[in-house]
Amino acid sequence: MASSFTRVISGRNTAVMLAMGAGTLTSGYLLSDNMEAAERRRLYPPSADFPDLRKHNNCMASALTPGIYARLSDKTTPNNWTLDQCIQTGVDNPGHPFIKTVGMVAGDEETYEVFAELFDPVIKDRHNGYDPRTMKHPTDLDASKITSGFFDERYVLSSRVRTGRSIRGLSLPPACTRSERREVERVVVTALAGLKGDLSGRYYSLGDMTEREQQQLIDEHFLFDKPVSPLLTAAGMARDWPDARGIWHNNEKNFLIWINEEDHTRVISMEKGGNMKRVFERFCRGLKQVEHLIQERGWEFMWNERLGYILTCPSNLGTGLRAGVHIRLPLLSKDARFKKILDNLRLQKRGTGGVDTAATGDTFDISNLDRLGKSEVELVQLVIDGVNYLIECEKRLERGQDIKIPSPVPQFRK
Amino acid sequence: MEKISDKMVKLTLKRLSAEDEYPDLSQHNNYMAKVLTQDMYKKLRERATPSGFTIDGVIQTGVDNPGHPFIMTVGCVAGDEETYEVFKDLLDPVIEDRHGGYKPTDKHKTDLNSGNLKGGDDLDPNYVLSSRVRTGRSIRGFSLPPHCSRGERRAVEKLSIEALASLSGDLKGKYYALKNMTDAEQQQLIDDHFLFDKPVSPLLLASGMARDWPDARGIWHNDNKTFLVWVNEEDHLRVISMQKGGNMKEVFTRFCTGLTKIESLFKERSHEFMWNEHLGYVLTCPSNLGTGLRAGVHVKLPNLSKNTKFEEVLKKLRLQKRGTGGVDTAAVGGVFDISNADRLGFSEVELVQMVVDGVKLLVDMEKRLEKGQSIDDLMPAQK
Repeated sequence: MASSFTRVISGRNTAVMLAMGAGTLTSGYLLSDNMEAAERRRLYPPSADFPDLRKHNNCMASALTPGIYARLSDKTTPNNWTLDQCIQTGVDNPGHPFIKTVGMVAGDEETYEVFAELFDPVIKDRHNGYDPRTMKHPTDLDASKITSGFFDERYVLSSRVRTGRSIRGLSLPPACTRSERREVERVVVTALAGLKGDLSGRYYSLGDMTEREQQQLIDEHFLFDKPVSPLLTAAGMARDWPDARGIWHNNEKNFLIWINEEDHTRVISMEKGGNMKRVFERFCRGLKQVEHLIQERGWEFMWNERLGYILTCPSNLGTGLRAGVHIRLPLLSKDARFKKILDNLRLQKRGTGGVDTAATGDTFDISNLDRLGKSEVELVQLVIDGVNYLIECEKRLERGQDIKIPSPVPQFRK
Repeated sequence: MEKISDKMVKLTLKRLSAEDEYPDLSQHNNYMAKVLTQDMYKKLRERATPSGFTIDGVIQTGVDNPGHPFIMTVGCVAGDEETYEVFKDLLDPVIEDRHGGYKPTDKHKTDLNSGNLKGGDDLDPNYVLSSRVRTGRSIRGFSLPPHCSRGERRAVEKLSIEALASLSGDLKGKYYALKNMTDAEQQQLIDDHFLFDKPVSPLLLASGMARDWPDARGIWHNDNKTFLVWVNEEDHLRVISMQKGGNMKEVFTRFCTGLTKIESLFKERSHEFMWNEHLGYVLTCPSNLGTGLRAGVHVKLPNLSKNTKFEEVLKKLRLQKRGTGGVDTAAVGGVFDISNADRLGFSEVELVQMVVDGVKLLVDMEKRLEKGQSIDDLMPAQK
């Protein structure tokens, strides 16, 4: 093993010396002529490059075998995105014994096809057994189907629905060039300028913002900043910050779009209080109008029937939807059954600062766990029914009555 | 073959115009931003080094880190040896600006003969607490940390371990791979001030050199703990000679002997260091070209450092001050890290000589100020 490795090294040196001697110095080093890079990479067998994942706990590390790596390491998407680039974030971030992160990202729409041999098992692992090879993802943005979407505002402080959308034909944030990123900004901002009525609004580019505008957006909890999480920075999505990043929101400040953060766009509908039905209705209406406006100019969102809406992180495939509330549950949150109740309702709790924050006091962010395999309407209904159940439990505990753990919500429709 | 060139053409066609790709450097203050015009970017984006490194790779760290109004960072890195050739339109003016007017036609002298150093064995240990010399070396034929694959990085580590294992006498030592270290070993290395950790500086992270941490990274040091090699941090190798007290001559002698021995061990294995007569030793950051050498002391200068002439003296002596935690740290208790400001255009011996002579003068000035005497007659001429 050692001797063949040494031969590889000296073989590489010979190739380098020949290349340096022969045409390279006179060729002008043109990118379009560059065959050598691919050949040089092949001097190292995949086993020499296979990452050391022994201390890792993420979906990528669980799924990646030397065999898969060997078969995929030579491939590229049409945008020249490689497997190493997909998995870099998972290699650089071994993860936490209690929290299993995904550990890989897509650089473009084709990533999910070209590297399907690795993405499919990761998707299955992350999305409760959803099999992209055999199953279809339902998309349903008809908000009229929602029932009982008005929460008791003694408990629910605010309601919010978010998703992401990617513009087909342009690379995703880990891979995009500056010009692609600027093109995303142009396409989306132009479309948003066409929104009317309660959806009409304004764009604030991160780089051009005044201090006053910045403070205003912070106070409204709208502003996003350069990511600090190594999970995100290792994926390369923070390059060239703050170039072509910005925030658009309507004048009523309840419909908001982030441009070029972790995804091309993140679309958010939110308001104080418990009217989740209205939040979702505005969400669907806004999304459809934006889609229509970009289609008028010849663009569309990345979507297919296996994976639904295509986003940077495999965890956001399908609906990309997180519907949630900020809710006070002082008694229930201290009950030993709280976690199990949430699990069975397919709900997740977070702190009120969002992912990876702690709850302040008794107020929690409660939202759907799932993204793929159920439609938007199904997930929002699930959150509504689940939150209503939690409120019922809280009220019962207030009255000194006992509560029950509900039976688990069924998984995918077959 | 056809398939690859098809992909390449598609890649070239799909890429939007240079105007659309050119970074927004309007808020930036680094050497790269000063030099890179849209026309230059347009020309350079058509090129790539043989290992596939492009202009975007060179400049990413400078785009992501606009810099500071007072501190001028370099803002660009090399991905391999050929970077300095392929992107010379950008790197030559950056080098000229950073290295005091060093021209593309200038030649750099290498001199690792410690016998040529005059004095340096008697810096006053009441003031000079420790002496240290460091440099970097890159192994020809392998990509540099911003660009290297895991296979290349591991190959660099393997070669380095083999070469270092052959050192003997007072240079005999042991390698500690970062990923295999025990807690006890780790604590010992921290206590010895030897351990390097995953970089946190965004200047370094943005260049991609921390990928796959801690794979193939490690520290080698001799049993006497006076000679130390870092493997695969910001450069392939960083070589450090250090000891307590003011005997810089001894530190430099060990440095030269050790480096020369390591180089010959690599040559025995058919490898050499990246070096050429224009740029000297080739390293990841253009600021470290030439000698890559930083010779310095930790020295007590509580009075002199408060004197209004301190900065001027350092400038005339071609010296630089840092805090005792290294670059970007503050001085603690009047103790400063004083080292040479230059890297390129002077030989190793010349730079260490500057440090030895300069520190001697600084200590003399400190002693004068302690006694309440003037230092005006000691003011040096510009070196």
